[in-house]
Amino acid sequence: MTTTPEALADEHAIEAMRAEEQLIGAHEGHATNTGVSNEKLAMWAFLGSECLLFGGLISTYFLYRGRSLAGPTPKQIYDIPYTSISSFVLLMSSLTMVLALAAIQRGDQRRLRVWLVATAMLGTTFIGGQVYEFTSFIREGLTLKTNLFGSSFFVLTGFHGVHVTVGIIMLLSLAGLSSKGKLPQSKSEVVEIVGLYWHFVDIVWIVLFTIVYLIPSPHVPRPSVPPLQIR
Amino acid sequence: MTTVLEPPALAPIPDKPKSPDTGGFLARPKSSKGFWSWVFTVDHKKLGIMYGATAFFFFLVGGSEALLIRLQLARPNGHILSANEYNQVFTMHGTTMVFLVIMPLSVGLANYMLPLQIGARDVAFPRMNSFSYWLFLSGGIFLYSSFVFGGAPNGGWFGYAPNTSITGYLPGRGTDFWIFGLLLTGIASTVGAANLVVTAFNMRAPGMSLLRMPIFSWMSLISQMLTLFAMPVITVALFLLMFDRNFGSNFFNPARGGDPVLWQHLFWLFGHPEVYILILPAMGLVSEIMPVFARKPLFGYPVMVFSGIAIGFMGWGVWVHHMFAVGLGPVAVSAFSVSTMFIAVPTGVKIFNWIGTLWGGSLRFDTPMLFAVGFIVMFTIGGLSGVTHALSPSDRQQTDTYYVVAHFHYVLFGGAIFGLFGALYYWWPKIFGRMLNERLGKVHFWLNFIGFNMAFGPMHILGLQGMPRRIYTYDSSLHLGFWNMVSTIGAFTIAVATLVFMYNMFVLSPKSPPAPADPWDGRTLEWSIPSPPPEYNFASTPVVHSLDDYWHRKYTEDEEGRLVRLPNYEAVRAASETNLAREGQHIHLPSPSYFPIVAAFGLLVAAYGMILGHSNGANYLVSVVGGLITIFGLYGWALEPSAAPEEEGDDGHGADGEPLLVGASAEALGAGSTAGLPAGDGGGGPAAGAEGDAS
Repeated sequence: MTTTPEALADEHAIEAMRAEEQLIGAHEGHATNTGVSNEKLAMWAFLGSECLLFGGLISTYFLYRGRSLAGPTPKQIYDIPYTSISSFVLLMSSLTMVLALAAIQRGDQRRLRVWLVATAMLGTTFIGGQVYEFTSFIREGLTLKTNLFGSSFFVLTGFHGVHVTVGIIMLLSLAGLSSKGKLPQSKSEVVEIVGLYWHFVDIVWIVLFTIVYLIPSPHVPRPSVPPLQIR
Repeated sequence: MTTVLEPPALAPIPDKPKSPDTGGFLARPKSSKGFWSWVFTVDHKKLGIMYGATAFFFFLVGGSEALLIRLQLARPNGHILSANEYNQVFTMHGTTMVFLVIMPLSVGLANYMLPLQIGARDVAFPRMNSFSYWLFLSGGIFLYSSFVFGGAPNGGWFGYAPNTSITGYLPGRGTDFWIFGLLLTGIASTVGAANLVVTAFNMRAPGMSLLRMPIFSWMSLISQMLTLFAMPVITVALFLLMFDRNFGSNFFNPARGGDPVLWQHLFWLFGHPEVYILILPAMGLVSEIMPVFARKPLFGYPVMVFSGIAIGFMGWGVWVHHMFAVGLGPVAVSAFSVSTMFIAVPTGVKIFNWIGTLWGGSLRFDTPMLFAVGFIVMFTIGGLSGVTHALSPSDRQQTDTYYVVAHFHYVLFGGAIFGLFGALYYWWPKIFGRMLNERLGKVHFWLNFIGFNMAFGPMHILGLQGMPRRIYTYDSSLHLGFWNMVSTIGAFTIAVATLVFMYNMFVLSPKSPPAPADPWDGRTLEWSIPSPPPEYNFASTPVVHSLDDYWHRKYTEDEEGRLVRLPNYEAVRAASETNLAREGQHIHLPSPSYFPIVAAFGLLVAAYGMILGHSNGANYLVSVVGGLITIFGLYGWALEPSAAPEEEGDDGHGADGEPLLVGASAEALGAGSTAGLPAGDGGGGPAAGAEGDAS
């Protein structure tokens, strides 16, 4: 610091004004440096972390595509139209989630509950579809133990299903809070944060649906251990 | 700033929260003293101490395991441990030191110091903080309980599949304890990381821009970001392993087409950022200590920050150098060889900046400084042997030999642990209000330094002579006995040094006279409050005007750049001693809670349930019960307002997020600012006024 005392004093004055603005700003919203509330920032941090979780699982699935040593293969077992419909159902739940947030921001508690429950029901429909899909796959002879495809498919989509289920529980809890009158308009950010999670889970499904179901996988099994190269 | 404002009408201070219990399932914990006040606390300082104490305990445990290893290897054909016991001991030594010692010790210091350094009253989510601690402790207890329940993990801290994934290779439940123990500590670290990241981004005092944040807080922030993104990767790996072992999936089973190299990729994609998770906080600590004991600002502070960020980013692009001998082909190996050499650049920048900080300073070699300088020397040696690993041809020779063991002990013990010990000496007076004995501190340092180099220096030679890692004994015909004996003597010297340290901490320090608020003539905000800090940290939120704000309240420079004490030097230091809430000033703090520990306990039960369930014919009832306990804890938590008397309770965020100053005495603020700022402070006035408004 080689500034002159005058410059220093100036800087202090500016700083003080900034500090004052910050403190006055604190009255209206959240007294945070970024202007984003702690809760919302934490949810973003968590979702960033989740990206790596699904990233690891998706990489595993991708690595093992077409490397199963035994059947059944994806092509034999997938029912793409069926899964497309349940994907559509899940994507529509993002719309109802947005409507729920809009409702609480308007202070419309009744519509808030309607849309929250609708979102949860759409999510439940998706999960029901997944349960049905899993059982029919198992009936057709694909389990976690059958082959690499079975292992990576069930773990990847299963993890996503657990995430949707957690989301449904949070949505229903919010609806319950609202009916008890404990979710006033001023707390609309809670709905927004749960919404962030819900949209994230939906986006992950778009990626999964594309990678797992839509991109055809090569079905020639490759030898798992490449021949040793002697250099 | 001579006008002293009339204090506003003050509400009587309730000395304990009255626990109106709106919404929560349980009444709030009430004790403010004694054992239970620690168990249910959400105070970042108490939790920081608990992290530190637990980590130090595990340091002793992991250190004892190291001594067993060294006893076994001291002479050829040692038979103190059987092969299987040796495998358990080295697996637990590595797992303990990484996950239960260095990580929590760094997190504990960050927990304690980050809010103080950025002028906050607590972390962003005090109850999440308590949850992280208890879950971390649960993970440690869970891992170590494996010794009682039929044998500890014995597949190495890296747990390479398929050795770990095919149950026939490693029978027993040890590996399952390892999986679930690491999952527990992993969740704890992730939650803690999110908390500290939000704290650093959101809770800084007015005027503290990111580039005025103390360097330790910066390095903790980067390290916690890495934790946030690295932990899910190992979580995936551990889940895949768990499904392989317990539910018959084929991820790592070559007979069914599984690829063992996938484990290595996932593990090291976590494992290399993990290395920087361990070392970055220590780098921050050294950068914090050196300017104080050189009485110079940190050389190139912004460069230090950006090189830390660069390390954080590049740390994601070097993991394959752990796998050079796997046979990934020349392209992958060359690319990662180059990226590994590149990461030495920001690290080298840091080392030169530390030298620049010392250059021309008036150096005081108190114990923290000794450890900091020791860090630089040891870390440089470890860094240089690291560069020899980056050269893949050379690495092929060194892979799986003691040369690698020497390398990572130089960076993790000579680096991280030296930095952390230096920080303990540096902040001990702040945390406990007592100085550590200086002479004994020097004895500790020199014994540690000599013992360390004796223990790990010879391992370079052993490695180059071809002694492989992870062998439980060796034959006398290999002529490895001499250096192994030297290494064992070194290890026991470290043990003696640690005993000296413990004597200093637990016997001498409590008897020493109370420490002043600012014993080292410090630069950062934590020195501007009494030692130990009051529960609310700062009587009034500090307003920050520059980097090293506290220093600039005490010192300035004359025209020739010489350091000059400001006339109010003594007054500033006296004000630090009395930075206390005035009688009647009510500071609203988050209240203790039962729910975080309940939620953490549920997960511990669930983990035991997974172990029980598998040996019980897939009856996972206990896990379900554990899950329900956790859900109960989380619901109670969500419904309970973070602070007891809920005046602002309509907005849960304000309450959880920033403990508000409710009835601040403007007079206290005024007094604090006058003493706190150098001449001509336009600063205190408006800010203090504004804060008066805020209340």
